[in-house]
Amino acid sequence: MSMLKRRKGSETKKASNSEPQTDKDYETREKERDEKQKKSKQEDYENNKKRNLKKWSCVDSCCWFIGCICSIWWFLLFLYNAMPASFPQYVTEAITGPLPDPPGVKLHKEGLKANHPVVFVPGIVTGGLELWEGHQCAEGLFRKRLWGGTFGEVYKRPLCWVEHMSLDNETGLDPSGVRIRPVSGLVAADYFAAGYFVWAVLIANLARIGYEEKNMYMAAYDWRISFQNTEVRDQTLSRMKSNIELMVATSGGRKVVIIPHSMGVLYFLHFMKWVEAPAPMGGGGGSDWCAKHIKAVMNIGGPFLGVPKAVTGLFSAEAKDIAVARAIAPGVLDMDVFGFQTLQHVMRMIRTWDSTMSMVPKGGDTIWGGLDWSPEEDYECNTKKIKSNDTQTVSQNGKGSSGNAKHANYGRIISFGKDVAEVHSSKIERMDFRGAVKGSNLANTTCRDVWTEYDDMGVGGINAIADYKVYTAGSILDLLHFVAPKMMKRGSAHFSYGIADNLDDKKYEHYKYWSNPLETKLPNAPNMEIFSMYGVGIPTERAYVYKLSPAAGCYIPFQIDTSAEGGLESTCLKGGVLSVDGDETVPVLSAGFMGAKGWRGKTRFNPSGIRTYIREYNHAPPANLLEGRGTQSGAHVDIMGNFALIEDIIRVAAGATGDDLGGDQVYSDIFKWSEKINLRL
Amino acid sequence: LFRKRLWGGSFTEIFKRFGWPLCWLEHLSLHNETGLDPPGIRVRAVSGLVAADYFAPGYFVWAVLIQNLARIGYEGKNMYMAAYDWRLSFQNTEIRDQALSRLKSKIELMYVTNGSKKVVVVPHSMGVIYFLHFLKWVESPPPMGGGGGPGWCAKHIKAIMNIGPAFLGVPKAVSGMLSAEARDIAVIRAVAPGFLDSKFLRLQTLEHVMRVSRTWDSIVSLMPKGGETIWGNLDWSPEEEHDCDSAKKRYLQCSLSEKNTNHSNEKRGFQAKERMKYGRIISFGKAASELPSSQLPTLGSKELLRTSTSSNSDASCGEVWTEYDEMSRESIQKVAENKAYTARTLIDLLRFVAPKMMQRAEAHFSHGIAENLDDPKYAHYKYWSNPLETKLPEAPDMEIYCLYGVGIPTERSYVYKLSPSDRCNSIPFQIDTSADGSDGGGCLKGGVYFVDGDESVPVLSAGFMCAKGWRGRTRFNPSGIATYIREYQHKPPASLLEGRGVESGAHVDIMGNVALIEDVLRVAAGATGAELGGDRIYSDIIKMSERINIRL
Repeated sequence: MSMLKRRKGSETKKASNSEPQTDKDYETREKERDEKQKKSKQEDYENNKKRNLKKWSCVDSCCWFIGCICSIWWFLLFLYNAMPASFPQYVTEAITGPLPDPPGVKLHKEGLKANHPVVFVPGIVTGGLELWEGHQCAEGLFRKRLWGGTFGEVYKRPLCWVEHMSLDNETGLDPSGVRIRPVSGLVAADYFAAGYFVWAVLIANLARIGYEEKNMYMAAYDWRISFQNTEVRDQTLSRMKSNIELMVATSGGRKVVIIPHSMGVLYFLHFMKWVEAPAPMGGGGGSDWCAKHIKAVMNIGGPFLGVPKAVTGLFSAEAKDIAVARAIAPGVLDMDVFGFQTLQHVMRMIRTWDSTMSMVPKGGDTIWGGLDWSPEEDYECNTKKIKSNDTQTVSQNGKGSSGNAKHANYGRIISFGKDVAEVHSSKIERMDFRGAVKGSNLANTTCRDVWTEYDDMGVGGINAIADYKVYTAGSILDLLHFVAPKMMKRGSAHFSYGIADNLDDKKYEHYKYWSNPLETKLPNAPNMEIFSMYGVGIPTERAYVYKLSPAAGCYIPFQIDTSAEGGLESTCLKGGVLSVDGDETVPVLSAGFMGAKGWRGKTRFNPSGIRTYIREYNHAPPANLLEGRGTQSGAHVDIMGNFALIEDIIRVAAGATGDDLGGDQVYSDIFKWSEKINLRL
Repeated sequence: LFRKRLWGGSFTEIFKRFGWPLCWLEHLSLHNETGLDPPGIRVRAVSGLVAADYFAPGYFVWAVLIQNLARIGYEGKNMYMAAYDWRLSFQNTEIRDQALSRLKSKIELMYVTNGSKKVVVVPHSMGVIYFLHFLKWVESPPPMGGGGGPGWCAKHIKAIMNIGPAFLGVPKAVSGMLSAEARDIAVIRAVAPGFLDSKFLRLQTLEHVMRVSRTWDSIVSLMPKGGETIWGNLDWSPEEEHDCDSAKKRYLQCSLSEKNTNHSNEKRGFQAKERMKYGRIISFGKAASELPSSQLPTLGSKELLRTSTSSNSDASCGEVWTEYDEMSRESIQKVAENKAYTARTLIDLLRFVAPKMMQRAEAHFSHGIAENLDDPKYAHYKYWSNPLETKLPEAPDMEIYCLYGVGIPTERSYVYKLSPSDRCNSIPFQIDTSADGSDGGGCLKGGVYFVDGDESVPVLSAGFMCAKGWRGRTRFNPSGIATYIREYQHKPPASLLEGRGVESGAHVDIMGNVALIEDVLRVAAGATGAELGGDRIYSDIIKMSERINIRL
């Protein structure tokens, strides 16, 4: 625009210059005047132009900029929509070479057909929860997912969200006026959040060989409440029983294959006892229900004996992830973000969830090790890396290094201070905390509405806990009873963590023992098969080094000591966390012990001799970013996309037995460790 | 697109795959011979409450009802959406998906887990017929039925609250099958004549729609049932006294005491003008729809033989295939010469124009009236969904409700014409949108005769069984199950802000009608029909049913 105007201006100038020629005097005068006028005009014009230019540069360029961005955005969107669906795959193939067939396609080519109906039992956290009734603040969220999906509500109204997700502190059921229920159907847990698959890959592959909604069933349950309460409140167990019966009936008497994941494994253990127990407490299915209806149980990443992570979650609401975050940005989590204390709220919420207590380590010192002993003690963290490349050297390495390296004391699940975690037990001075008086109330008004049971504990109590120094799996229960009495009171009515001396004792008919594999017998179903499938090759939390947090009124008084690092020779201790082999969440010991020893052959836990198989999957991280979460992952949730695992499942669903799969497939030292555990079978 | 919705939701796939709407249609259509999936394609019903709460974003179906039930304490464990593949015939849903077994097991489970409280079933539209089928299926012995034993319904079901029931079928289904158009499409065609007939996006829209919908067996279940006895013959129909003007008047001024205006208007209409010949569901040309029957050419439909099978289709018609191509021009002409079809002859007509579909469908559905209900042939499943050929189960404590909207003009019969003989335009018939009634009787509009109803289902079809067929102890209802009619007068939403209105009587929008929801909630909470106030009638349904001469 400015260019055009300038040119015009110069033209007019020329034209006026060549205009009059008659009277010279007049002309010159005229000319002078003209020139003056012109000058002033030109100045005016220049000024105007400058002003215009300024305006133009400010507003117009802004508009242009926005316009450009918008049109580019639209164009990209258009391109994206016009892109054929196979394009990303095409790019991936161009870069990495042709992908292997997904197992569903491969096995379909081999001629496998849908045979046995399949039941999925999702684990903790991965199942969606939706709102059926809420308080004022949750207006308009009817039948929207509060858990799973985008978690949009967490950001929009965090306090409201926490309030709705919490359960009643006394009963472990819904608080009054709130009803949150599990989402039902396959959508309940196929994707946890958008793009983050849980069951979706498995479902898609099963569909390839002919499965559909009528022979797949997602046994979604409310994973926050204790197992028996899901039946009391929602009749989830009855529902599952009826669905399994229906699927067996409609598919011509073919038994079902159960695929529980994570906590679902414990839930299904509970179910198997429940369904055969007589009516008022159980499902009244009769003692041969499992034998008649179940072909195989394929446990994926099952925390049979609990996970140490659950302890820290209950104790200080932090696991490795949070501890790392705290180390990096010390202020953030402790600050009053958005005017509320994040961790405290999270802890208060988690402590109302009974189900987390089902994952507290079970079996006490016998399984998890005492002060100076633990089954995994000769595990060598350095060798782990070598091992993942070459599995055959494991045993040699283990032997060779056991002489030199100090044993990591995995048995001490919680210890206060790094030195305590390492010295021999005789050198530790311990004060018994059990008698300690819960002194004056720490809470004051500045803590606002945040309520954790720590507030009820005096400084004396807290110090007493720290003075006890070291906690093993056995004493951790006492610790939890001490710091969270209400929760444990509720929990101990629903769960038990011991080892049974005499399984025929009448008391083991109570439902609180049903989810503990060390206190129940497997059902009488000699043709059933139990698979323990889990990933290995990822460092997994096993024990923690704690410290007292700086004494400030409102805070959780303990936190993981992220400064505790192991020496050069043993890298097992990192950021206050001692890790062993596992799938990032569940240690190998917990996932594999029952299959490797506890139930192997005819034992007192497995009176009918149900065959057990261990299938381990070595973790291989995705080769490049395009692969997403990898097809050979061994991580706790990502393993659901592991092709080898999916193939195994499909084969079993299509009718194969454990022996057809090739029996055990072991990469870790699970058999050696299990042997070290001295448990009467 | 694995486990994505092909039907329902935002329907984006039709638009997104703009190159391949054909692909979408191909996946939705069923196999032409078996009525099951074509090889290599499995489209399955969505399950759970999400299956039908919203049809498309923002267009509720069950959502409002579910939300209100949740307010009084219902949740996932005591609500169940019996989703089925509505494209299949009813018995095929059991054969392919075991949908009926599933429904049975779910009802039994809910009965047990809720402390032996009977269930209330709320079917809508075609679901009503589906549930009738279920009632018979569940008590029949195993190979064909569910083997629940004769007391199953009495034990498990408290009440059936049929919303907008299409017990006796809907005339819309006929026009849908004959020429893939209902009033909506006919209006579009009138407004933009070239639009639908042109090869829009290189595909012949209507032909494709027709081809797909003809593979859906379930549509046949919606054909008018009961023949001329119910729907009227050439000269007679139960609704003949219906006065469209008065209907309109009534519909505007509901506050007037209904009975009075009704009566006076009807009398006036009686004398002033000719009665509408609703019995002729399809007539060719406006004149044929009004003439007395003696002047109609009586060409027996049996004579409609396929005289010459010289195929009309040639290569230029592309891959579009409808059965019309196989019919010669002459036979189409003959169809049109027959002028008027009643509910009985219609079936012959359809057999003629769509032989494959009818052959398939007649193995699954029947449209007659039973002479003797104890005849063993009625044990076959094809009779189960026809209320006029089955007995209700032995369950004297059960209650049956007919809840439907009234006060909206509803399609009842059609005036057809031959479409200009264009080679590829392979549907030879279309609704004659130029046929409008005179000022006196506004029932004929744009080629369609209207009666009272809920926009899709005429009152006759929705209410007859409750008003007469099952009322008291009849041969269709041997145990004397109590029936109640609850009509809901249509009121359009007062303002745009109200959305689809809380007092609507339209076929789908009625699911948001507060009065209906209140009735459903009360019954679910334990009320009986008498406590609701018994019948609640605005239309002439009782009078109409009296005129129907059926042995009870």
